[in-house]
Amino acid sequence: MTVVPETAPHTGAAVGGGRLLGFAITPLTRRRLDAFRRNRRGFWSLWIFLALFLGTLPAEVIANDRPIVVSYAGHWYFPILYNYPETAFGGVFPTAADYRDPAVRQLIDKKGWMIWPLIPFSYDTINYNLPSPAPSPPTSVDWLGTDAQGRDVLARLIYGFRISVLFGLVLTVASSVIGVTAGAVQGYFGGIVDLGFQRFMEIWSGLPVLYLLIILASFVQPNFWWLLGLMLLFSWMSLVDVVRAEFLRARNFDYVRAARALGVSDRVIILRHVLPNATVATITFLPFILNGSITTLTSLDFLGFGLPPGSPSLGELLAEGKANLQAPWLGLTAFFVLALMLTLLIFVGEAVRDAFDPRKVIV
Amino acid sequence: MSAAPLLAVRDLCVTFAGIGGARPVMAVKDLSFTLDRGETLALVGESGSGKSVTALSLMQLLPYPAAAHGPHSSIRLSGENNRGEDELIGAPPALLRQVRGGRMAMIFQEPMTSLNPLHTLERQIAETLHVHKRLRPAAARRRTIELLRLAGLADAEHRLGAYPHQLSGGQRQRVMIAMAIANDPDILIADEPTTALDVTIQAHILQLLQDLKERLGMALLLITHDLSVVRKMADRVLVMTQGEAVEAGPAAEIFARPQHPYTRRLLAAQPKGWAPPADPAAPPVAEADGLKVWFPIRRGVLRRVKGHVKAVDGVTLTVRAGTTLGVVGESGSGKTTLGLALLRLTSAGGHIRFAGRDITALKERKLRPWRREIQIVFQDPFSSLSPRLSIAQIVEEGIRVHRLAESAAERRRLIETALAEVGLDPAAADRYPHEFSGGQRQRIAIARALVLKPRFVVLDEPTSALDMSVQAQIVDLLRALQTRHGLAYLFISHDLRVVRALAHEIMVMKDGRIVETGSTERITGAPEHPYTRALMAAAFDLAPVSG
Repeated sequence: MTVVPETAPHTGAAVGGGRLLGFAITPLTRRRLDAFRRNRRGFWSLWIFLALFLGTLPAEVIANDRPIVVSYAGHWYFPILYNYPETAFGGVFPTAADYRDPAVRQLIDKKGWMIWPLIPFSYDTINYNLPSPAPSPPTSVDWLGTDAQGRDVLARLIYGFRISVLFGLVLTVASSVIGVTAGAVQGYFGGIVDLGFQRFMEIWSGLPVLYLLIILASFVQPNFWWLLGLMLLFSWMSLVDVVRAEFLRARNFDYVRAARALGVSDRVIILRHVLPNATVATITFLPFILNGSITTLTSLDFLGFGLPPGSPSLGELLAEGKANLQAPWLGLTAFFVLALMLTLLIFVGEAVRDAFDPRKVIV
Repeated sequence: MSAAPLLAVRDLCVTFAGIGGARPVMAVKDLSFTLDRGETLALVGESGSGKSVTALSLMQLLPYPAAAHGPHSSIRLSGENNRGEDELIGAPPALLRQVRGGRMAMIFQEPMTSLNPLHTLERQIAETLHVHKRLRPAAARRRTIELLRLAGLADAEHRLGAYPHQLSGGQRQRVMIAMAIANDPDILIADEPTTALDVTIQAHILQLLQDLKERLGMALLLITHDLSVVRKMADRVLVMTQGEAVEAGPAAEIFARPQHPYTRRLLAAQPKGWAPPADPAAPPVAEADGLKVWFPIRRGVLRRVKGHVKAVDGVTLTVRAGTTLGVVGESGSGKTTLGLALLRLTSAGGHIRFAGRDITALKERKLRPWRREIQIVFQDPFSSLSPRLSIAQIVEEGIRVHRLAESAAERRRLIETALAEVGLDPAAADRYPHEFSGGQRQRIAIARALVLKPRFVVLDEPTSALDMSVQAQIVDLLRALQTRHGLAYLFISHDLRVVRALAHEIMVMKDGRIVETGSTERITGAPEHPYTRALMAAAFDLAPVSG
C-alpha cells in the first residue's frame, strides 16, 4: 500500500450531522436535537428557565443595598465589590458606609453621582421606611411587598431562586456522577460486587434522612455545603438502578465482547462502549432529579431544618406566608415562583424524554 | 366457481413518509400477483426487497398513515363462500378484524418475539378462537388441543399450561402455526418461517406447512430468501428486488431457465466451491485439550451446586496454520461457547495452547499480548459494532491497545489498508455503522480483527445473518484473506453449505461433545455417525429425519 496523504478524508464526520457549538455531532444527536426543538412547549420552557436562571445568577448586581458604581470627587468606587469607610465620602465615621443612609447619599450627591441596582435592597436589607407595619403590601418601592421583618420580598426571591437552582444543579450533577459510577461498577462486574452493593443500598436507603438532618441541626449550623453533603449521601441512589440495568444488558453485547477480545481494558470498555448506552436513561432522568432536589431543599427550609436563619430561600418564604396569612403576597409569590420553576423543568424533562425515545415517530 | 382468484393484488405501491424531512421511501412499486386455493407462491428476494412489507400490506398491518398505498393499488380478497370480493385497502376496521387471523393468517420469522411471554399456550391460542369464533372455554380448549396436535406438537394436552420460554424454537414455531390455522384461514402467509431455526427443525416445519396446506386447502404465501426452501415448497415464484417484481412464473421454469439477470445472479450466489488446498503438516496454531465449560446449576435455599450444564464437555481440537476447522451443530450444541472459551472470554477447564504455549491460566494482563494474535468475528454485524463510534474509531481501537502505530498518520494508514483489504472504500472510514449494509458491516468487523495481523481467527457464524449472495462474497473474502496471510480459522456455523465451502476439516458437535471429526470431503461425502447423517440430509435435501 502506498503512503496515504496526510489530509486523509475527514469529511465523513459531519455526514448528516453538522456542528453544534463547534463540536461535530452524529446524525443521531442531530435527530434528537430536532425532536427536542419540535416540542415547542419543552423548547420554550428551556429558554424561559435559562433566562430566569442566568438572570438571577448575578443577583448582587440586580438587587443590592449598595450602588454598583459611585463617582466621588473624580474617583471611581465599586461598593458592591469593596467596602469603603464613610470617611472616603467625606463622612465622619470610619465604619463601612451605609449608602441607604440619607446623610451618606447627600454627601455623595454633592460631589458626584451613583448608579443603583434595579432593586435597591439586598436579601437581608431591612427597609425601615415602610408606609405600614411589616409585613407591608406591595408598593412602588417594594414591588412585591416586604416580609414580617421588613425585608424586600423581590430581593429575597431573586436570591432564593438562585440558591435553589444552584443547590439543585450541584446536587444533581454530584449525585449523577456518583450514581452512574456506582451503577456502572455494579452492572459491569456483576456477581458478588453487584450482590453486595445492592444489599448495601437496600439498607442505606432505609435510613431516615429527616431525622439525620434534625440530629445534625442540633450540633452544627447546617449551611449550603453541609446540606448538600447530607442530601448527597442519599440522593445518589436514584440513578443506580437505571444505569446498572443498562450495564447488565450491554456487557454481553457482541461489540463489548469484541473489545474484550481486542484486549481493551475494563475502564476503557466501560467509558467508551457501555456508558453511551446508559446516557439516554441518565439524561432523561436529569430534569426530574433536578426538580426533586429543589423540592427537597424547599421543604427542608419550610420546616426550618434547611439553610441557616436569615438566608433567602423559597421554603423560608413559604413558611413566612403560612405564618402571616393576612399578608397573601408572601405565600402567593412563593407559590407562583415554585410552581413556575417546577413546571418549566417538567416540560423540559418531557421534551428530553421524547427526544430520546427511539419509538417516537416524528412526522 | 368463478374465475376470480382467491387473492388478487394489483399495482400495489407502498410509500413510507420520510423521517425528519428526508425524502419518502418507496418500499414496493407496482406489484401485481394472484394467489389461488391450494397453491404455494414464494416471494423471493434479498433483505430490503420489500417482501415483508408486501406481506404486511396484505394484512393492512403497516404503520398507517406513515405508510401509504398508491391511488391505483388494490388488494382484493374473494369473499366468504366465494360471494363477491372485498377490497382490503382502506377497508373498515370491522372487515379488517374479520380478515386478520380469520381469513388470512401470518407466521413470523422469530417465534420467540411473536408469542406473548406472559401467557400460556392455551391463552394465546384460545384468544383468537374466542375473538373469531366466539367459542366457549371448554370448546376452545378442545379445539386448542386439536390444533396443537395438527401442528405436530407432541404431548399437546400437557403443554397447554406451558409458557413460550419453556419451549424450543421449533416448538414455538409449531405453536405459531397452530395459532395461524386456528380459524381455517384461506391464506397462510409465512414470513421467513424457518430462518431462525436449525436445519433439522427447518425440514420438519416445512414438511408440516406442506401437509397443512394440502389438508386444509389453504393458499400459502411463502416469503424467503433461501432458494433451497423455494425449490422444495413453491408452485410459483415471484422474484423481487428493490420493491419491484422482476420475474414471475412456475418454480420449475424459474429454476431451469431464469430470464432476468437478477434472478440468474440470485441463483448463482450460493456459496460454493471448496477450501483452497492447505498444508496438512503445517504447525498447529491453536490447540485445545479436554476443554470444558460447565455452568453450575444451583438449587435450594443454600444455592448448592446440584449439577452442571455441560456447554462444552471435553473437546480436543487442533487448528493448523493456514487451515480452517469447521464446527457444526444445532443451536445449543456449545459451538459458540467453544469459540468464546478458546478466546478466554469465558472461564473454562482443560488446556488451551496457542503457538505451543499454554495460555489457560494466564491473567488478563499477561494475556493481552496474545489477544493480538487471536481474534473473533461475530454472527450479527448489527450488534457487534458499537453504534456510536465511527468506522475508523472501531478499527483503531485494537491498534491503540497494542500500540501498533507510532503516530496518528500511521494509524490512519493501517486503518485504510485494512479497510481496503476487506473491500471497503477507505474514504468511508469516518462514517458510522448504521450507514452500512449487513455485508459491509461484517467486512468492517473482519477489518477490525485483521488490522491486528492475527494468526488465528474465530468466525462465529459470520454469514448467518446475511443474504445469500452476500454470504458468498464474504466466503470468498475469507478464503482470499486466508491464502494471503496464512490465517487459521475456527469456523462456527450451523449452515453446512457454507462450512463445506470454507473448511478443510469439520467437527460435528452435539450437546457439548464432539460427535465426529474428519476432512470435509469425508464428512460431507460419507458421514459415519447417524447424527451427522441426519444433519447432512436436512441441510442438503431439506429432508426431515426422525430422531
